[in-house]
Amino acid sequence: MFDSGFYEKHRAPILFTVMAGLLILVGFIQSWGVSLTILNLCLISAIMALGVNIQWGYAGLFNVGVMGFAALGGLAGVLVSMPPVSEAWQAGGLGILSGLLITFGTVMACLLVWPRIKHINRWRYWIVFGIILSGYALLRVFFDPGVDAIESIDPSVTGYLGGLGLPILVAWPVGALFAAGVAFVIGKIALGLRSDYLAIATLGISEIIIFFIKNEEWLTRGVKNVNGLPRPVPYEVDLQQAVWFQDLAMSLGMPVDDASSIFVKLCYALLFMVVIAVLLWLSETALRSPWGRMMRSIRDNETAAAAMGKDVTWQHLRVFVLGSAVIGLAGAMLTTLDGQFTPVGYQPLRFTFLIWVMVIIGGSGNNWGAVLGGFFIWFFWIEAEPIGLWLIETLTTGMDPTSPIRAHLLEGAAHMRLMTVGIILLVALRYAPEGLIPERKRL
Amino acid sequence: MSFLLGQQMTGGYGAADILHDCTIGVERGEIAVIVGPNGAGKSTAMKAVFGMMPLRHGQVLFDGEDVSGLRPEERVKKGMGFVPQTHNVFTSMSVEENLEMGAFIRDDNIQDSIAQVYDLFPILKQKRRQPAGELSGGQRQQVAVGRALMTHPKVLMLDEPTAGVSPIVMDELFDRIIEIARLDVAILMVEQNAKQALEIADTGYVLVQGHNKFTDSGEALLANPEVRRAFLGGV
Amino acid sequence: MDVLNVITLLGNFLIVPGLTYGSQLALGALGVTLVYGVLRFSNFAHGETMAFGAMITILVTWLLQASEISIQPLPTALLAMPVGIAVTVLFTLGMDRLVYRYHRERKASPVIFLIVSIGVMFFMGGLIRFIIGPGDQIFFDGTRFILKAREFKETTGLNEGLSLKMTQAVTIVTAIVIVALLFWFLNHTRTGKSMRAYSDNENLALLSGINPNKVVLITWVLVAALATVAGTLYGLDKSFKPFVYMQLLLPIFASAIVGGVGNPLGAIAGGYIIAFSELILTFAYKRVVLYLAPEGTEIDSLVQFLGTDYKIAVSFIILVIVLIIRPTGLFRGKTL
Ligand SMILES: Nc1ncnc2c1ncn2[C@@H]1O[C@H](COP(=O)(O)OP(=O)(O)O)[C@@H](O)[C@H]1O
Ligand SMILES: [Mg+2]
Repeated sequence: MFDSGFYEKHRAPILFTVMAGLLILVGFIQSWGVSLTILNLCLISAIMALGVNIQWGYAGLFNVGVMGFAALGGLAGVLVSMPPVSEAWQAGGLGILSGLLITFGTVMACLLVWPRIKHINRWRYWIVFGIILSGYALLRVFFDPGVDAIESIDPSVTGYLGGLGLPILVAWPVGALFAAGVAFVIGKIALGLRSDYLAIATLGISEIIIFFIKNEEWLTRGVKNVNGLPRPVPYEVDLQQAVWFQDLAMSLGMPVDDASSIFVKLCYALLFMVVIAVLLWLSETALRSPWGRMMRSIRDNETAAAAMGKDVTWQHLRVFVLGSAVIGLAGAMLTTLDGQFTPVGYQPLRFTFLIWVMVIIGGSGNNWGAVLGGFFIWFFWIEAEPIGLWLIETLTTGMDPTSPIRAHLLEGAAHMRLMTVGIILLVALRYAPEGLIPERKRL
Repeated sequence: MSFLLGQQMTGGYGAADILHDCTIGVERGEIAVIVGPNGAGKSTAMKAVFGMMPLRHGQVLFDGEDVSGLRPEERVKKGMGFVPQTHNVFTSMSVEENLEMGAFIRDDNIQDSIAQVYDLFPILKQKRRQPAGELSGGQRQQVAVGRALMTHPKVLMLDEPTAGVSPIVMDELFDRIIEIARLDVAILMVEQNAKQALEIADTGYVLVQGHNKFTDSGEALLANPEVRRAFLGGV
Repeated sequence: MDVLNVITLLGNFLIVPGLTYGSQLALGALGVTLVYGVLRFSNFAHGETMAFGAMITILVTWLLQASEISIQPLPTALLAMPVGIAVTVLFTLGMDRLVYRYHRERKASPVIFLIVSIGVMFFMGGLIRFIIGPGDQIFFDGTRFILKAREFKETTGLNEGLSLKMTQAVTIVTAIVIVALLFWFLNHTRTGKSMRAYSDNENLALLSGINPNKVVLITWVLVAALATVAGTLYGLDKSFKPFVYMQLLLPIFASAIVGGVGNPLGAIAGGYIIAFSELILTFAYKRVVLYLAPEGTEIDSLVQFLGTDYKIAVSFIILVIVLIIRPTGLFRGKTL
């Protein structure tokens, strides 16, 4: 009754059911808290994968700068939700503002001068370089004192400008906007590159973004992190003291502590699911629209599409900005869930390459595939270690428990996740290059 | 039967056939020329003879032996040489290195062969340390032919060797090609300059849409009014 | 005298470290460039290949140290390196056989190869951490300094000292030897020339009877050897930590691309350009200025173009600028 035809036809629902089953299994074997934590991060990963899929699957753009856009979204979380530090504004606000003006002026000067000099072959780069250099010198004079003043204000607690003190949910669209803005600039200058050069360029740019975030402490607190971001959902302590919640926990037969933490996680999960549902609906609609059809035609044959009068460059830029915005949104959501912003946490392996694996495994070009890939890969990223530990323990039961080999193996289990993900990717590329849920062939 | 013979070749790059029952052959010491409009399948026919493209029907016989199943480099070892229409030199390598690569499958001393190529194309000796990519079009073609000669092929196949060179250089190249044929080499050549090429051809093939439209001696084709009108600009 | 002091100062803090780091980057970039030139993809697993080679070398070094075999005053790791190279070559060939070959036969696009190399990167990263752990490993032994700053000051009577660490000398000399060997191989041996020919024009190389499988094999052998040497030298000079090698990937790509990817000369030039740019832009010139300025001048800034924090960012920025302005690099890359 479970023939392959059935599977082929109902692939997506079956695979999502399997995924749900895995999460439930974790709930029973480990704990519901763990299961929900994984679920929440699965949801955020899925959104990031959706963003990458928009760029790669719809348009064939090879963006390896996911990390940078996610971090920009995270930064939005800080800048929107943290309370402003008024002493810092008084001490260095003027310096910062003049710095921004100088930067803006320099960029404008370059943009104005460039069209006039670009046909001069010899000196054009030097002229631009000169403008940038003088802008930079000015910046150092006006900006640096402001920065120093800000960073010296109570550095162990603030030492930065703070944010706007708005509800953190506002940061989600703002994070998307931040990422979109930066993506627009990057796209303008880099999208003309060949695919593998684009990959390396975006990887480099994302490192520069992280670098900026780590070093501009006046804005981000840098490696000192920003903790205690406000939440969109209730705090556990408040729940534990609320009578209605105590009653609820009682009726469920759960300790109040556990119940409160699970309740909070459920709230997040609900919020995230709403976002994912909206995004999926939007992406699916877009994919079916004439616009989606045009994007596919561009992806599959750029030259032919260009010959038919499609503005390939502009469409690529649009898709690049859109996809990056989705990644930025996910980045803001992640910071919200963590309740803190930790710039050192942004590593390309976790924030760029892993997301790529999700898209490839899920099925590039298919939104449901990307979401599923996000779920599966995150699940294995987290569970590879316990599974690995269990495997090694089982396999080495015959061994002397004090044997150094066994100890070494058990220690190494922590790195199983890298190997597992690598093997999954390599196997998929060979045996299922279309992914778990392949792109539907449409006309 | 010819020394080299592509017999009733049918095939193409994908689903559609480019060649239809096309037959092309050449004898030792003779020159055979393939002419025809652009896109007729001349280059494709050459690739088919050299095993760079799969055939659905037909076979390739070389010196009486069926070589249809051999890979291109195995045909090189058997004594066939090929100068492709484009990208026919190693642009980043010196002229001499190009010749050395031409002789890659040989294990014996190749200095004599290099000297012979330099005798044939003296300009190459002067330029032997220069990257082939920096040479003029005509000199490049000489490098390309020289590279193919390094294995002392019994059959030399040339795809438009005079493309993009001046008329003087073209005459010069044709003279060299006749010289090579006198060394008992069979020459199979595709040419855009149909008239001049048929003048030196022992056999001529007119290909149209992958079919043998006319096959005759070079002289006879030049005299054929239909061929003159359709393929030789009516002169 | 002041001029001599300035020269010594720059030599000690710019030139010697720049040559050392530049050599490490150049060796790394050569590997990336060979893969690009012959196999035609950007190998994201190259940093891990370097780490793998260094790891094997370290394991063998420990073995040698335990059995008290050494080549004083040189570091034992040099003795272990051939084994490291051999194992890495075997591993890399195994990876090619199991992973890359399939996609090569199907003529997969460079982007697919790139993604495949990301898979290999994950796998190797995990394997390395599984075997040797994620922590710092120190495996340097032998004499620490060839030239000590204090001794230099005493002999010359200068204010500034010039020091030369053993690892720096070993790095620079090894790099020169390896590069010389590589160029001799590429330009003067039949196999080397056939590699260049294949890189230049794959079709014509096939027509000339050059065996593509052999070219690919030789390429991986060279890449593995270069990666092991680069990884070991870097580990000797700084320290071995798997994570750091992943971070090295971008400066290495930057070096390869600045010089013109696919071009070995470019890779070497690129390595030194990146290394020196990093150092020159973040060096504090205060003391230099003090020596050259009239007596009694006082400066309260460090006289730096960029803060020391910005060191790595320099390579990223150069990379991005080159990609945008002149993606073919200085030497117009693409072939070996
Ligand atoms: N590599 C290829 N793949 C697919 N089609 C090709 C390829 N090369 C040539 N063709 C097609 O085969 C036909 C014959 O081409 P070709 O043999 O090059 O013609 P000729 O050399 O006579 O000008 C043309 O329609 C061309 O478009
Ligand atoms: Mg042709």
